Amino acid sequence: MSDVLSSSFVRRDLLTERPAPVKTTGFIGLMRTRLFNSPTNILLTILGALLLWFTIVPSVRFLMVDAVWSGKDRTACLAENAGFAVGACWPYIQAKLPQLIYGFYPEAERWRVNLTLLLAAALLLPMLVPRLPAKSLNAGLFFAALPVVAFFLLHGGGIKGFGLSWTAGLLQLFDESILGAGQALLSLSKTSAIAPLLWVVGSLVVLLGTAIQWLIFPLTWLRDYIQGTGQPVWADFAVTAAIVCLIAFVLGGGVRAGGRALASSIATFIAIAIVIKLMDLDHGGLSVVATNLWGGLLVTLVVSVTGIVTSLPIGIALALGRRSTIPLIRIFSIAFIEFWRGVPLITVLFFATYMLPLFLPGNFTVDGLVRALIGIALFTGAYQAENVRGGLAAIPRGQSEAAAALGLSWWKTTSLIVLPQALRHVIPNLVNSFISLFKDTSLVSIVALFDLLGSLRASFSDPKWSTPSTAFTGFAFAGIIYFIFCFGMSRYSLFVEHRLNAHRRN
Amino acid sequence: MSNEARKPPAQIALKVRRMLGGKAGWNGVAVQFAFAAILGWIGYEIVSNARTNLENQHIAAGFGFLRNNAGFDVNQTLISYTGSDTFLRVFVVGLLNTLVVSVVGIVFATVIGFIVALCRLSPNWLLSRVGEIYVEVLRNLPVLFQILFWYLAVLAALPNPRQSISLLGITFLSNRGLVVPSPIGQSGLEPFLAMLALGVVASLALRFHARRALFQEGRMIRIWPYVLWLLFGLPLATVLVFGLPFTFELPQLRGFNFAGGSRIIPEFVALTVALSTYTAAFIAEIVRAGILSVHKGQMEAGSSLGLSRGATLRLIVVPQAMRVIVPPLTNQYLNLTKNSSLAVAIGYPDLVSVFAGTSLSQTGQAIEIIAMTMGIYLLISLLTSAVMSVYGWRVSRSLGA
Repeated sequence: MSDVLSSSFVRRDLLTERPAPVKTTGFIGLMRTRLFNSPTNILLTILGALLLWFTIVPSVRFLMVDAVWSGKDRTACLAENAGFAVGACWPYIQAKLPQLIYGFYPEAERWRVNLTLLLAAALLLPMLVPRLPAKSLNAGLFFAALPVVAFFLLHGGGIKGFGLSWTAGLLQLFDESILGAGQALLSLSKTSAIAPLLWVVGSLVVLLGTAIQWLIFPLTWLRDYIQGTGQPVWADFAVTAAIVCLIAFVLGGGVRAGGRALASSIATFIAIAIVIKLMDLDHGGLSVVATNLWGGLLVTLVVSVTGIVTSLPIGIALALGRRSTIPLIRIFSIAFIEFWRGVPLITVLFFATYMLPLFLPGNFTVDGLVRALIGIALFTGAYQAENVRGGLAAIPRGQSEAAAALGLSWWKTTSLIVLPQALRHVIPNLVNSFISLFKDTSLVSIVALFDLLGSLRASFSDPKWSTPSTAFTGFAFAGIIYFIFCFGMSRYSLFVEHRLNAHRRN
Repeated sequence: MSNEARKPPAQIALKVRRMLGGKAGWNGVAVQFAFAAILGWIGYEIVSNARTNLENQHIAAGFGFLRNNAGFDVNQTLISYTGSDTFLRVFVVGLLNTLVVSVVGIVFATVIGFIVALCRLSPNWLLSRVGEIYVEVLRNLPVLFQILFWYLAVLAALPNPRQSISLLGITFLSNRGLVVPSPIGQSGLEPFLAMLALGVVASLALRFHARRALFQEGRMIRIWPYVLWLLFGLPLATVLVFGLPFTFELPQLRGFNFAGGSRIIPEFVALTVALSTYTAAFIAEIVRAGILSVHKGQMEAGSSLGLSRGATLRLIVVPQAMRVIVPPLTNQYLNLTKNSSLAVAIGYPDLVSVFAGTSLSQTGQAIEIIAMTMGIYLLISLLTSAVMSVYGWRVSRSLGA
């Protein structure tokens, strides 16, 4: 026993305090663990600090410290007048700001631009916040209603007819083209070696054209009658509204279930009527501002928003076409997508500017801005198609098989089951495409449209403001604007990605 | 009574239907006919409109104009070119200029991109922030903006040749471009080049042999001293025997400009700098994502096998990261090549600028010229994607094995 007791050990005094562990949080901890923990790291830190010193400090000096903040013309920004080495020449930006934002848009009409931008922001912001309700209504307003309203606001002008007149006009154009083709074949059959065959085909085509002509006769007659009345727009509007509402009612399920479709189409038409009345579209609308007067940030935003709005439907259609099992549609979609993805945007813009007018009928001139918009829509549509295809491929087969088992048609499976899931998957990719589209809008300045970059470049040549620092100031200003837009969008896409991956985080 | 399973019915009609109309069957065939009719109608409209429009503008369609004299000068040519050469030669000159700026841009973009990626991955906090700032700023500004910034702001702010910035007294940077010493071939050039080529081929053969020995017999052969000798020793020996392969002609200031040396035009400098720094930001992100995609356990497994950190990186991490990096990296190379067409904004004589720009406005042959320009870019990108699909097939094969 005593042995055991003698060998036992009981500590009688406290251990001396050990020093606190090295702090690894806070600024000191950061310096200790990530900046100065080894000789190499110390060297790298010094290198990084030097890099920052030689970039950040001169930029801040240029933008703030050495900048000239007020003045009337270039003399204020010259070193001999200011008395120091002049940095940014902000009065130059101040003088050119209207040009950089509106281009040559008439000063009295600029409220229209402001109103459009305000409308767009008011519709866009609620759509971006996931918590707010009524996303489909919001998206419908932004993607369908806003472009039309914005067109009449920015461009001005009124309408002479409505849905019925336009449909009749389009069908007539189509019919004339078919008849023309038939006539051409018939005239060719007089000289060709395979004359009988050509004659037969030509006669058939002419017959088809004539049949269509008789088929659409009620429509054209109604159009002519409406144009003869005193109120062509409103008469046409009433007829179109009645027809479309009826179709919506029947397709929506008739007496049994069509009430909802009827109500929503009536509401849509009432909204359209209010817009027409408010903007006075039936009496010529607002005064026309030709697109060659547009410029600056306005053109940049118009081109990018139009590109975003038009490229998405094109992209979805092409992506579905590429996954289709119908050979011709698949081949066409693949060829179309690969063609536009394989060429640089600038050649697409050249194509739209120089080649497209040759492909259209001679009496039909397309505005320069619209030409660029067509090119950009096709180009971006091909890229969006690949994004959407990625989303479609990510949806398990079981989803569409379950839908088929429930008896849904292909259209319903696609629009109700597959597409909503696929699109939600690829929102970050779509937003990234929008970022590159926004950056690419600067290319329209090469085909003689004055977007933000084009206006900036034009403002350099003003002798009233030519100083050594003018170019740097202009680029700093435009760069900040581009950066805010693109950086904001990329942060938003990161945010959405984070939200979509919420179930994978632990 | 035989027990053999009956053959399945041939179902030829079903197969034909499936082939012609896909899953939709005869409906699909009908859709195709309607689609083909619409396409045919659009095609007919385009052709007939183009014919009448060209007749009205008195332009003869066809590629005959390619043999006409161009009659304008190009300020950077890799092959001899004068104003009296044909439009076809203009096309080749522009294409070569595009390829030159693309290749130089790709080399610089890769180097800068890897450096920035290493910065971003560095455990050093400050350096990784610097890398992040670089990527965020460069990525979020339009590339055309950057090209114009370098050309109109930075290069235009450089002094004139008389006050040019001299680097080591042999290279001069001014607003007229970059003047560098130009090499002039001497008598020793041919043996030098021949020995260099021999050295490269022999080193490749040695490497092939060493890898075969490693994989088939497990023998490690140390080849780097021999390779060093082959690549540097042999050419050096020929220099000692045959004399210098080339001498440099130094640029000298005469009057208001430089004489001697070769001048790199400012447009080229601006375009290369802008394209390579812009693309480098994307490459940095790709490289970083690739290296982060390799699981941490791979590194730990390597070191538990007793490999050094360098060997683990070289033999285990990088090969796996490369699989993720290479496809998007090629995509960026392609993007850089396509973005080089922005040269037209600053007047660098690339394909779009001299052919789709100047030649188009001189001849008015819009359809032929734009089709040729688009066709060349399409060819380049299709070739690249073909090569990439072969690469993808090889990677998937090696993963499956």
